[in-house]
Amino acid sequence: MRFRRTLPSGAAAVIWLMGVIAQAAPDPTAGGPPAAPGREMAQQATRGPQRWITSDHSKHEALKQPFASGPEVTRACLSCHTEAAAQIHRTIHWTWVDPASPPEKPMGKGALTVNNYCVSIHSNEPRCTSCHIGYGWQDNTFDFRDPTKVDCLVCHERTGTYKKFPAGAGNPAAKPTVFPGDGKTYEPPDWNRVAQSVGRPTRDNCGMCHFYGGGGDAVKHGDLDSSMHKPNRALDVHMGVDGKNFDCTRCHTTRAHQVAGRIYSTPAATERTPLTRDDLTPRITCESCHTATPHKPGIKANDHTDKVACQSCHIPEFARVLPTKMRWDWSTAGKMKDGKPYKEKGPLGFPVYDTQKGDFLWEKNVRPAYFWYNGTIDALSLKDAVDPSRPVAINWPVGSPQDPNSRIAPFKLHAGKQPYDTVHKTLLVPHLFGPPGSEAYWQKYDWRAALESGMRRAGLPFSGEFDFVETTYVFPTTHMVAPKERAVACSECHTRENGRMAGISGVHLPGRDANRVIEVLGWATVLASFVGVGVHGIGRAVSRRRKEG
Amino acid sequence: MNAATANACRTVNVYLYTRYERFWHWLQSGLILILLVTGFETHGLFELLGFKRAYEIHNYAGIFWLIAFAFFVFWIFTTGEWRQYVPTTRKLLAVVRYYLFGIFRGEPHPVPKRKEAKHNPLQRLVYLGLAAFLLPIQMASGFLYWSYNSWADWGLGWLSLPVVAAVHLAGAFAVLSFLVVHLYMITTGHSLTAHTRAMICGWEEVEEREAIEDWEVKARRSPA
Repeated sequence: MRFRRTLPSGAAAVIWLMGVIAQAAPDPTAGGPPAAPGREMAQQATRGPQRWITSDHSKHEALKQPFASGPEVTRACLSCHTEAAAQIHRTIHWTWVDPASPPEKPMGKGALTVNNYCVSIHSNEPRCTSCHIGYGWQDNTFDFRDPTKVDCLVCHERTGTYKKFPAGAGNPAAKPTVFPGDGKTYEPPDWNRVAQSVGRPTRDNCGMCHFYGGGGDAVKHGDLDSSMHKPNRALDVHMGVDGKNFDCTRCHTTRAHQVAGRIYSTPAATERTPLTRDDLTPRITCESCHTATPHKPGIKANDHTDKVACQSCHIPEFARVLPTKMRWDWSTAGKMKDGKPYKEKGPLGFPVYDTQKGDFLWEKNVRPAYFWYNGTIDALSLKDAVDPSRPVAINWPVGSPQDPNSRIAPFKLHAGKQPYDTVHKTLLVPHLFGPPGSEAYWQKYDWRAALESGMRRAGLPFSGEFDFVETTYVFPTTHMVAPKERAVACSECHTRENGRMAGISGVHLPGRDANRVIEVLGWATVLASFVGVGVHGIGRAVSRRRKEG
Repeated sequence: MNAATANACRTVNVYLYTRYERFWHWLQSGLILILLVTGFETHGLFELLGFKRAYEIHNYAGIFWLIAFAFFVFWIFTTGEWRQYVPTTRKLLAVVRYYLFGIFRGEPHPVPKRKEAKHNPLQRLVYLGLAAFLLPIQMASGFLYWSYNSWADWGLGWLSLPVVAAVHLAGAFAVLSFLVVHLYMITTGHSLTAHTRAMICGWEEVEEREAIEDWEVKARRSPA
């Protein structure tokens, strides 16, 4: 009974107390923990979708005229955007040549760059240039100065219906056409509809090429694939449709069609300027928005930013939704089943063997490789001699622990085995794609003929002798930034066994590194102490017993 | 049996350690234990708390120790207790001889504890080395290790992190070795637990002796 009587007053006291506590506690939405410097400003700079342009393109007369081809649309665009084609002509999106590379050794897909996927575009243009932002790069006679050859639509149309034909040298299909590579029918575009839909590029525009590099979904980058069309927050904390829902251009800010980002050996940014210091700085680096001390004051991770790239901790794995290609062995290509080319699917649902291409290895949730990196990636050219006795690095991150601009950064390391000239010691360009009757490998399955044709059309010498060499190719891992709760734990690097930093030298890493001499002497001293007190203790016990006895 | 051993049977209760001294001893021993465990985990020796937690606790404990040590320094100088740590070689060999041989024969300690001289010459050397050398080195190297990112700002850019880390590791081994010997030595009192009891309640049962000798107390400028 007594309990019953005191209960209401006790409960009231508890409620009153809770009220006091609630009043005293800081409101998490208003104040909360101290925000990291620059956070508020960064959020302002990137807030919400809104209309950025003052024009409705469906109301423009120029876009209502009948169109039969891409160049006709481009001409209409240029009737207002007078400088657009000239701007585009200066970008790497158009030239496929690194403007910073020396004229005697131009680098880029359109020049002497080579990879360990389909190796080179030379002789394979109509297939490869389906991802060129132009119309008709059929071979080396393409006129790079023609303004009407610029494809405005592939980057700016927003209906999602505009598709270039995969083997059309950048042109969409003129009539419904089946592409044998994927068996899909490609329809000609509704030119007026796509032309009137234009706006700022979305994830789908950029993704149309960049998610499918290497000839298919998820093949190349590991951190860019079709799962990034509509990623969730867990896959990419910035681009997640349930998160910040960024488009690519939020970070790849653009001036006069020059898109911010690394171009071969030219870093995306040489100055680490945060928006808090310059509100017009490109937002291409993490530090642009997050500053060099992005964590709460006093958090140790702030002390890591001088040595460790943000991506190293915040992208724990790449290829988290779709598996990505990790190895491509051309040397096994050409096997037939019942006299016919065939494909074999692996456990992840992607082909592990293809007569046209050889053996593949696909991996999902891949832990990146780590290298010192200052934003520059240097590469071999098709003219450079290689040492076939060990795996050839086709490209490699530049950086060192002594360089204050270098950080430890994550990479996808793609292994390959591809043809090289055993006499000239250079990597070789295979002519892969071509019409029936051509020398193309995918027609005749004759390596020598395909290499002969490829090198001839690339304007490079071929001795006629070839073999296959192991190669590596790096991609910086910078997309698929995970939410902070999924960041790499301290112990994954600060550990002696199989840590993420196992291959990184030039930095003292507690938990991994120790002075081995001190270590041995130290344990010897501790052991000697134990032995000493042990012997002494036994001696005392014995002498006492003897005395008592 | 000579007279000396017969005397050893008589004991007196002496108040050796004041309240603050005992508090400091146990606080320090707790901190050392925490720092050793978290330090060696951070070093990669074993996994108990996880690297992150071990590292964080190690840092907090280290900073806490720095502050607490400042109080200890204040205490030792204001109370004049520093006199207890003035090194001497007098009877040092006798004490060494005692621990090497005499203790097995049941001989009395050559320099029994007294309030004014609670450390024998060997202890004085060890504790002076600990308080004036090893622990400060550990604190300094630990503080530098912790403040690594500020070195350049402080004009310490020439310091080498691997060297600072090696010094800190060497110090840790020295502290661990001390701990092993120390834990054993506390069983060598008048009884197995006599020393421990003294460090808990302040009073220790020691062998009776007439008085401390002049050499054991550093002279004060004016008579106390």
